[in-house]
Amino acid sequence: MSPGPLLSVQDLRVAFATEEGRLQAVDGVSFDLSPGEVVAIVGESGSGKSVTAQTLIGLTRTRNSRIEGSVRLGDEELLTAGDAAMRRLRGDRIGMVFQDPMTSFNPVYRLGDQIVEAIRAHRPDVSKAQGRARAAELFDAVGIPDAERRVDDYPHEFSGGMRQRAMIAMALALEPEVLIADEPTTALDVTIQAQILRLLEQLNRERNLATLLITHDLGVVAEVADRVLVMYAGKVVEQGTLDEVFYDPQHPYTWGLLGSLTRIDRPRPRRLPQIAGQPPSLLDLPQGCPFRPRCPHEFSKCTRYPALEARLPEAPGHCDRCWLTPEEKRSKRQVEGQIGLEAPR
Amino acid sequence: MTRFVVRRLFGMAVVLFAVSVIVFVVFMVLPQQNPAQSLAGKNATPLLVENIEEEWGFDRSLPAQYATMMKKVFTGGLVQYEPRIAVDDEIVKRMPATFSLTIGAAVIWLFFGLLLGYLSAIRAGGWLDRILTGVSIAGISIPVFLLAPVMIFIFANQLEMFPNGQYVPFGEDPFEWANHLILPWVTLAILAIGFYSRVLRSNMLDVMNEDYVRTARAKGLSERRVMTRHVLRNSLIPVITLFGLDFGATIAGTAIITEAIYDINGVGLYAAEAVEKFELPPIMGVTLYGAFFVVLMNALVDIFYAYLDPRVRLGESATE
Repeated sequence: MSPGPLLSVQDLRVAFATEEGRLQAVDGVSFDLSPGEVVAIVGESGSGKSVTAQTLIGLTRTRNSRIEGSVRLGDEELLTAGDAAMRRLRGDRIGMVFQDPMTSFNPVYRLGDQIVEAIRAHRPDVSKAQGRARAAELFDAVGIPDAERRVDDYPHEFSGGMRQRAMIAMALALEPEVLIADEPTTALDVTIQAQILRLLEQLNRERNLATLLITHDLGVVAEVADRVLVMYAGKVVEQGTLDEVFYDPQHPYTWGLLGSLTRIDRPRPRRLPQIAGQPPSLLDLPQGCPFRPRCPHEFSKCTRYPALEARLPEAPGHCDRCWLTPEEKRSKRQVEGQIGLEAPR
Repeated sequence: MTRFVVRRLFGMAVVLFAVSVIVFVVFMVLPQQNPAQSLAGKNATPLLVENIEEEWGFDRSLPAQYATMMKKVFTGGLVQYEPRIAVDDEIVKRMPATFSLTIGAAVIWLFFGLLLGYLSAIRAGGWLDRILTGVSIAGISIPVFLLAPVMIFIFANQLEMFPNGQYVPFGEDPFEWANHLILPWVTLAILAIGFYSRVLRSNMLDVMNEDYVRTARAKGLSERRVMTRHVLRNSLIPVITLFGLDFGATIAGTAIITEAIYDINGVGLYAAEAVEKFELPPIMGVTLYGAFFVVLMNALVDIFYAYLDPRVRLGESATE
């Protein structure tokens, strides 16, 4: 019997008061994350994926934000936890890796010192020398050669890929249970991206981490994720296992995302398909389904927004928000982008 | 790092050479008047003028004249002729007063400038920030020549809390030294406090948006540590640059008005008196002295900058 999820997010809603009005950045996101599992949140810029990630560790707590719902880590409710309790948890039980390794380290301190700082923030009794030894150990674990010497380097002495490895080392310094990786490969070269993904995958397996991967890149998702949430305009429009979402996508937005991937196993189209138009402004959402203005399959029902629910009897965990019937979806998406034709595996 | 320092000091020598040439051209070559007449002073006898003309070699080529001038500057030959006083002795004699004034003021302005800027930044948008903003702008806006007499009037003449200026050497009486300098210190510091707090505040607000500050929070550091070790530390780098330049400029010039108003017998007052009586040798001497400190502070700032920001040190190997 499984011990239940480690991190459980229920109906998370994050709104910001801005000068132009109230902005609902995250609107009802729910998911569970278990040890050893990788859950990916996919979406365009502004879909609310990064806000979701940062809210989990309390980084969106500001005077102008309003956060509702529930985030439970084990038995602890995080949204109502005090700032001090939240601070103790950050870095210790939840590690976070950010998008741009070039700017995510403080340029004036040695990398090792920055890791020691993270360790000593939670374990004041660890000496600097012990912390440094631990940093070298971590550098070694994430595949930084000559770790013992390189912990004394400054960030500018590292390449982008090495810096991201160092970033991951820092996130893992206190053996967190949850690792949140917010666009960890976006700022890297393609060859380095693959290495970093391998590393994340390996760490996830070896350390039994619960990993939340935030990305806009479905290629990245396909590499490592177990389950996928597709977000659009602050809401989850489709969620399911990797196979369900990739091989039987239900929402036209997911089709668009999948259709715009280059694929090595298909003849190359003259031009990559793209999703017409732009994501709507969160301050001025269309009535009903927010994808409606860009959706080629819009019809009368779309002025109301369907709930996120399972619509396929054979896949109870595969949910989406689209009024089309499963049969309509299968026929329409074939015409559109030849997506999801092959059977799983 | 050593190579960086050496290179920077060499650069300093080059700049000082250029400054000395400019001083020579401005005071000796450009004026229509016979430079010997200017050096001799207003009421000089024709004999003295003739002597000076010969002594400085004004009939020789310009490079030779420059060489003579520099030789005089370095060997103590730059003198006021009536009464005959060596300019360098006079400057050295008055330096303790100027340094007491400027260093004390610099300590006050740096301390309060950074403190107020820090408080303003961590409370940005709040009532404390608004009050401090108002106070800073008032401080920046009041000119020294207005502030100093007003301070003397209120604190020295009316309230009689502090003496009315003048300078007591530290060696004579440390308490009176400080007591006499408080008003001048504050006068000189107020403008800079306002300015520094604004600069630090805006630097800190910029740095707060940096990715590495978010990383620091994500590590679970306390808010105070995030603010001091990451935001403040990185915001200080440009402020240090500014401080070096301002401190040099204060020694070289800004202190003149304050010294004149508070009757502090420092180098600034010497310069003010010399300008009043149109005595060329002290003006030249003080100009070179001022230039030296501005350039020296500049070099020290660059060296300190390299210490604060490792990326600057990188430049040394990259340029080889």
